[in-house]
Amino acid sequence: MTSAFGTILKRDLLLALRRRSEIFTVLFFFIVVISLFPLGVGTEEKILQQMAPGVVWIAALLASTLALDRLFSADYEDGTLEKIVLSPSSLSMSVFAKILAHWLLTGLPLVLISPLLGLFYHLPMDSIFVMMFVLFIGTPVLSMLGAIAAALTLGLRGGGVLVSLLVLPLYIPVLVYGAGAISTSMITGVSIEPYVLLLLAFSLLSIVFSPWVTAAALKISLE
Amino acid sequence: MSLEVIKLQCQRGEKELFSELSFALRSKQLMRIEGQNGTGKTTLLRTLCGLYQPEAGEVHWNGKSIKKLGEEYLKDLFYLGHHNAIKADLSALENLQINTALAGETYSEDDLLQALDDIGLFGSEYKPTAHLSQGQKRRVALAGLLLSKAKLWVLDEPFVALDGFAVKLLQEVIAKHIENEGMAILTTHQEVPLTNGEILSISLDLNSSSTGNESTSSDD
Repeated sequence: MTSAFGTILKRDLLLALRRRSEIFTVLFFFIVVISLFPLGVGTEEKILQQMAPGVVWIAALLASTLALDRLFSADYEDGTLEKIVLSPSSLSMSVFAKILAHWLLTGLPLVLISPLLGLFYHLPMDSIFVMMFVLFIGTPVLSMLGAIAAALTLGLRGGGVLVSLLVLPLYIPVLVYGAGAISTSMITGVSIEPYVLLLLAFSLLSIVFSPWVTAAALKISLE
Repeated sequence: MSLEVIKLQCQRGEKELFSELSFALRSKQLMRIEGQNGTGKTTLLRTLCGLYQPEAGEVHWNGKSIKKLGEEYLKDLFYLGHHNAIKADLSALENLQINTALAGETYSEDDLLQALDDIGLFGSEYKPTAHLSQGQKRRVALAGLLLSKAKLWVLDEPFVALDGFAVKLLQEVIAKHIENEGMAILTTHQEVPLTNGEILSISLDLNSSSTGNESTSSDD
């Protein structure tokens, strides 16, 4: 069970290293979207501070849907997905390895670059740390939910757009609580704990259920 | 070891491919599935692997339904589909290493290189498979067959894109597998002497879909 998990995780990271453009597409999209807002709405400190939480999260949602389309379709096209399904180990664990690799390649870079973008928006240091933290616990939800949609639309024509349409409404809770946590951190005397706890709950829930649901969806899509 | 197919019925969309299909396969037997394009050969093979759910009927491995056996059945199974299941960005060696690891088997690098060598890929082990020809890519996929410890081989058109040397090698590999208590099911359009063991063949060619369309004959 662990061997298939490790093999797939290692393989996906190795493949991404050989073809770096896919990681950078997501990262640059995130940076560009966030950088465009100040150009459009002006550089007044107060407005930017107020907008930052929402802008960062919306950019993260859109960026994460970019790579979802390729999550399973590349393996589907060259037949390796069948090999994974026919491997004598738990398909849910294999799927979990794929989603984890996807998050490491598309979610984690966003978390790491976000402090720089926080500075664009004049965010106080404390809020920047909060932003990094909520992105860290919130972006796995995006990969986990996205995987379900990617598995369901596998092999369909125009699947890419469909994935975004399916998955963006499901991201709303993450957007609300993720952005809420950052906004609240700028108000003194108010605790961000409820937001963080709820995000953590979403995160854990999606980690537990998504690989299992995605595995079932993949089996249907492969027929 | 036995594979039993009981009253299998499959359809693709509206079209019924076959129904009431029953046969059994035991150790040291090879089955060849014949039929024109579009008669459901690939669907049948995928159903045997559990990749496709039949409309009716069951597939049993050693007397138990493959659905219930799950991973236990998959351990005994090697499937080679139309696609080679190799990654274009990875080298032949890396692909082979990943595919054997996914099958739950671990080999030293020497063993893997030896298998690639045996199948005629000497000198291309470290190249990305994107740079290889169709036939060479097929060989990378078949190298997994040389190492596989699975009892049941399900091969969909294994001879496609191979040259004379590779076809002969593959025949020998299959023959050896059959002699070692193994069993294999394959589809091919080529007339090839496969083994001196028992060969069953089954044809999906009949157009009438309501009657049973099996014609099992065995020749030694």
